[in-house]
Amino acid sequence: MEENCSPQAGAPSCLDERQGSIITAGRSKSRITCTTDSLAGSVSQRACVYCGARVVLNPVTDAAHLVHGPIGCATYTFDIRGSLSSGSEMYRNSFSTDLRERDVIFGGEPKLSAGIDEIVAKFHPPAIFVYSTCVTGVIGDDVIAVCRAASERHGIDVIPVESSGFISGNKIVGYRAAAEALVRLITPREGEIVERTDSVNFLGEYNLGGEKWVVERYLKEMGIPINVAFTGDSTVAALKRAPGARLNMVQCTGSMHWTAMKLEEAFGTPYIDVNFFGAQNTIESLQRIAEAWGDPEVTRRTEVLIARENAKIEQEIRKYRAKLTGKRAAIYVGGAFKAIAIIRQLKELGMEIVLTGTQTGKTEEYEYMSGLLSEGTVIIDDANPAELEKYLIEKDVDMMAGGVKERVLAYKLGIGFVDHNHDRKECLAGFEGAVRFAREVWVTTCSPVWSRIRSQADPPVTTEGS
Amino acid sequence: MDEAGAARVKQVNENQCHMCMPLGGVAVFKGTENAMVLVHGSQGCSTYMRLTNVEHYNEPVDIASSSLNEKQTIYGGEANLCKAMDNVIRVYQPKVLGIVTTCLAETIGDDVKRIVESYVKQRDLRDIDIIPVPTPSYAGTQTEGFWAAVREEIAHFARATPRHANVNVIVPNISPADIREIKRILGLMGVEYTLIPDYSLTMDRPYGGRYQKIPPGGTKTEDIARMPGAPVTIQFGATCPEEISPGRYLEQEWGVPLVNLPLPIGLDATDLFIRTLREISGRPVPETLAFERGWLCDAMADSHKYNADGRPAIYGEPELVSGIARILCENGAFPVLIATGTKTRELAGIIEEACREADEKPVLIAEADFAAIAEASEKAGVNIAVGHSGGKLLTERMGIPVVRVGFPIHDRVGGQRILTVGYTGSLAFLDRFTNTLLEQKHATYREETKERLYREAGL
Repeated sequence: MEENCSPQAGAPSCLDERQGSIITAGRSKSRITCTTDSLAGSVSQRACVYCGARVVLNPVTDAAHLVHGPIGCATYTFDIRGSLSSGSEMYRNSFSTDLRERDVIFGGEPKLSAGIDEIVAKFHPPAIFVYSTCVTGVIGDDVIAVCRAASERHGIDVIPVESSGFISGNKIVGYRAAAEALVRLITPREGEIVERTDSVNFLGEYNLGGEKWVVERYLKEMGIPINVAFTGDSTVAALKRAPGARLNMVQCTGSMHWTAMKLEEAFGTPYIDVNFFGAQNTIESLQRIAEAWGDPEVTRRTEVLIARENAKIEQEIRKYRAKLTGKRAAIYVGGAFKAIAIIRQLKELGMEIVLTGTQTGKTEEYEYMSGLLSEGTVIIDDANPAELEKYLIEKDVDMMAGGVKERVLAYKLGIGFVDHNHDRKECLAGFEGAVRFAREVWVTTCSPVWSRIRSQADPPVTTEGS
Repeated sequence: MDEAGAARVKQVNENQCHMCMPLGGVAVFKGTENAMVLVHGSQGCSTYMRLTNVEHYNEPVDIASSSLNEKQTIYGGEANLCKAMDNVIRVYQPKVLGIVTTCLAETIGDDVKRIVESYVKQRDLRDIDIIPVPTPSYAGTQTEGFWAAVREEIAHFARATPRHANVNVIVPNISPADIREIKRILGLMGVEYTLIPDYSLTMDRPYGGRYQKIPPGGTKTEDIARMPGAPVTIQFGATCPEEISPGRYLEQEWGVPLVNLPLPIGLDATDLFIRTLREISGRPVPETLAFERGWLCDAMADSHKYNADGRPAIYGEPELVSGIARILCENGAFPVLIATGTKTRELAGIIEEACREADEKPVLIAEADFAAIAEASEKAGVNIAVGHSGGKLLTERMGIPVVRVGFPIHDRVGGQRILTVGYTGSLAFLDRFTNTLLEQKHATYREETKERLYREAGL
């Protein structure tokens, strides 16, 4: 079944092969097709393994990040995350071996080896992450051996990240590559003992707009120190202390569940899922942490904190809710964790979610998501612009939440937009983050620009094609 | 001229000043009417190129991918490329499909030209032109990718044509606003032309309440086909390497004389452009342009002493860098550092000539990264920089303000609207530059003077 639903006469917006990846909540009994390779030529919004690995590891602040390949991969990720650091700014530099034709023919290992030496001599970082790319994967550079030799030569961790882009178009595979690199980094060497501490690790938190610091403040008040976050505002030394924590809390599940399981296996550290996007999620997460901690005093302090912080924001959230009730929202983001968090927040603001989807969601995540949505909501896996446009128009959406590529699409259609991407500058976590999020949704949904630019009422002049 | 030797022996590129080769090719096909572009490589390549373009142009920029995975990387990407072409043709229905290759596709040795030829034959395609351009990033930057794609596209369409009056105009990677200004000047001078690539409307759409898979606008293919019959080619490509020069191709293959002009940035270069057009058209220069020239001259007088306080660093693609160097030199803000991420033979001579009135010769760094630029800026006492958003760390880490020009602009709005060419664009740029110096001056001169003359003297 093909539908001629696009403004471009005759051109289908949905390819046959993509039909299984678009379902409707409630009605559809069939399972969504997801976690498959992107269809060639479909203009997927997805990226690659390298991209996934690079964004997960980028916030390790005092490490050097060296991309082994021709220049493009490094250029495209040069300081692209809004992760903040309380100390070193090393992570914001982008290093590349900048392979040329000669290197591709004769091998890039000598250049990689010399490059590592150069970085060590200039910066003395405690660790270097070396990312492999498509080309170095294909020409068969032995990145692992070069890293091992450099590690011994310099007495620091030189960690290979196996992130050749062609392995998959799915960022999730890159998250795994990053997780493997992290596990390699933090596994104690023989004879090394990591001190046990009464603290938690915060996995899947990238300190965008200082979000880790917000949660850290809450936990401090509860009496629970954060040992280290994976990887927001982390340092190599702090990451190496990770095995000593008493509990792991996992936020961005797409990138960090596997790591949490590995840590449990290797060090016996239990983990719980948390989510600090939205007031309700924050409250439940804080209570879950207190419960896992099992200390009545911590529980008492937690309840005091929740009551106080929630009281502070209730009135403002109510104000925005009144303005936003009944507005129609769309969500298209990278992972299911984020989509689910946003669904919940928008529902708290009285909005109706009519379209949602992700680049990397899994079957069970889509099933859970579907349960949160009302009947008729369209769910798309690995969408492309043509599909997004079709449903944004068909569902008469007022506001969309997503990343940079979706932003311009929404604006072209005269639809409001909330940035929930890797390079955002605003803190959206915790109670204060919930208010900031609500404000951003209101600002864009109800902006005075829409009624003016969308108005069809007899403009004095028009352009061809508009 | 000083050589920054250190930058050349380095093994590591630290904070990139240039981008990858296929990215340059994308802009060219986006500037062709009814065209779509497909990147033959990993999914990530096309997504990154989309992201970069989206942030700069603030427009949806659809770029398809052949989404190569591990299996195709081992056994060859032909099947995926064909499937990608099928799907793009079905959904986008383009008349032109540009295929730019990536490092991966070139390394595994896919013969894209042959694949496309057999695909077209097999599918019996008659109403679409598929144009492959080899653009592996290990062989060049976005600059070479841009020129190579223009040349391939012209070579694909060019047909023997009786002589006609339309002048060929070939532009480098400039903003849609710049392209519009060049077209306006051509119109004012009464010159009929074919301009390539023309993404002035496709990459900068007036609001229309909808997204168009292939937005209207762009150079018409029937006009490209007629380029061999033109009286002359004006190419703003003084730094364009001969072997990929589209203008040189038209001259050598079709006998169209080539006039390689500098980008019309600044008084001298814009005068040269107008003079060239006057000779071609035989028409007088309209009063509008005379006024615009006069306003620019007036501003040059008003601002010259402020500009003399500038010690600028200029970085970016060679053609734009030379244009900016010219305008700054003629305004007495002599650049002290000139850098490009691109490997270039042509730039040194142009800079030498542009800076002939300067007291102090600028440092020139080709194949530069921002580590080299920062280091050289420190040494040269740079107090203002001109270039794309990549230089943001110069501001953050060294307090050097950046006047944003070029590609990509991702940390300010309106990259697509930055106007720098013609008398009007030159004046707009000059004001941005001078006011950046003045803003610095007003923010700091009281405190600095007090420190120097009062506190240090112990008064």
